[in-house]
Amino acid sequence: MLSVRARVLRGEFALDVAFETPTPGVTALFGRSGCGKTTLVHAIAGLLTPAAGRISLDGEAFFDDAARVNVPAERRRVGCVFQDARLFPHFSVLGNLRYGARRAPGDSRRIGMDDVVDLLGLQALLSRRPAGLSGGERHRVAIGRALLSQPRLLLLDEPLAAQDLARRAELLPYLDRLCRELRVPIVYVSHQFDEVVQLADRVVVLESGGIAAQGGIEELSRAPALRAIVGPEATGAVVDGRVTGEAGPGRVRVQLGAGSLALSLAGVRAGERVRVHLLARDVWLALERPSGGLVADVLPGKIRALLGNGDAALLVEVDVGGALLLARAGAESAAELAPGREVFALVNAAGSRAWPIAPSRSGGSTAGATRE
Amino acid sequence: MAASLPLAIAVAWLLTRRRFPGRTLFDALVHLPLVLPPVVVGYILLVLFGARGPLGGFLSRAFGIELVFTRAGAALATAVMSFPLMVRAIRISLEHVDRGLEDAARTLGAGPWDRFATITLPLMMPGILAGAVTAFAAGLGEFGAVITFVSNIPGETRTLPLALYTALQTPDGDAVAARLAAISFGLGVLGLLAAEAIARLARRRLGA
Repeated sequence: MLSVRARVLRGEFALDVAFETPTPGVTALFGRSGCGKTTLVHAIAGLLTPAAGRISLDGEAFFDDAARVNVPAERRRVGCVFQDARLFPHFSVLGNLRYGARRAPGDSRRIGMDDVVDLLGLQALLSRRPAGLSGGERHRVAIGRALLSQPRLLLLDEPLAAQDLARRAELLPYLDRLCRELRVPIVYVSHQFDEVVQLADRVVVLESGGIAAQGGIEELSRAPALRAIVGPEATGAVVDGRVTGEAGPGRVRVQLGAGSLALSLAGVRAGERVRVHLLARDVWLALERPSGGLVADVLPGKIRALLGNGDAALLVEVDVGGALLLARAGAESAAELAPGREVFALVNAAGSRAWPIAPSRSGGSTAGATRE
Repeated sequence: MAASLPLAIAVAWLLTRRRFPGRTLFDALVHLPLVLPPVVVGYILLVLFGARGPLGGFLSRAFGIELVFTRAGAALATAVMSFPLMVRAIRISLEHVDRGLEDAARTLGAGPWDRFATITLPLMMPGILAGAVTAFAAGLGEFGAVITFVSNIPGETRTLPLALYTALQTPDGDAVAARLAAISFGLGVLGLLAAEAIARLARRRLGA
């Protein structure tokens, strides 16, 4: 359990947060630029001292103003990957990797050099100097360096923020593997919701120095605080489902609640769990079951709630037999869409994205409460 | 020189990284030799380290160290005069060291001394070496403070410029003076070239 209660004052800016998140697991700190994500990460790492509060990991206090505890950063064993990688320019890649490894306490060694080199694809880079590396390569080295210091917690501060789209696509699979294969708890800072959906189980939404919402990713995907940040176009429910079989080349059928969807997703087999980010704009509602000539999947369900969407459209929360979807509807149809009403969700999932979920990452996504 | 280098690093670190009462005064004091007439510096040294001076008397009684009119004294005068040059060069290089790298080292488990030895110092090295070389070259030319503090004793405290000056005062000394001037010129150019070469090498190594 990572438990954070902290107040940090930095000139005009004040950060005041309290959250708890289970370990191991991947927790995303999500919010716009300038909301205090990096400040919070620095407080957890020990690079800045909060004015008040208590920060503890698995019961051991890093900081506690009441008990006058403030463990220096170098003894917290919290690994950090910074936005700007911060490789040591006077060491080779191998030297950088060894820097953290050498300073790890002897009894803590679980992550080996070979594993890290393998996991992050660093073999060809080992003898190179940081100045000659690309942005994506630098971040891979920085992640490896942090891992080899045998951290009890790994903080990733927008490792993809400084990368262009191609680099992001290159780095995300590495991060995903990292999150699945290591039992190190991870706090992942991002302002890109698709990264969060892909990597995290729990989300803490930060808004101008405070916590706007927190909870499991499925539940948070429908929360107003999160919708306000991602905007109406990217709004959509995150739902976990199970692959039931193939649905044509490169496409699989995924069970969601009582219904199922065809999705573009390669490399998964029947029985595997996947996470789907189903955009509200790809889900339409019909009052009667449509018949014939459809290019969409039909999932029968019941309206749970009507939500505002920040624009002229109406956002409808639909329960399709256990899974909750978000659908968009014209505001004029509000009269017919009362909560409790039976509807049919028409889903064209071509624009939605899905990712496989490893078994080790399944926890935490259903439990948790949303605070407003 | 060798003794004043670590001191210069410490002073530069204090002036760059620490905020303490009297810092401005300390800063001014360190840089004073740069703006004072060298003769004044020599005079102050004479007062402080002279046989009856507060420090000189103590050193003489406690350790048998005599500074006035000795080689050690000449070295001290030179060190004091070139100290600000060294501190300045080191400070500039220290200001260019990215604090973020030190933070990164912290999160990897490196304590304060460890960080300084493995991150800060190596990254400062080009500045330190360049500062030391410049200070050494400048120190060779020190005249006023040396002659005031330790006089001009052949074979003991006669530095290069003092010898040059003496040669000029001597009839038929022109040839000697020209030779000494040439040596002085050569050493100066060599020093500056060495400083530049070190800086270039370091830049290439750090890939900046």
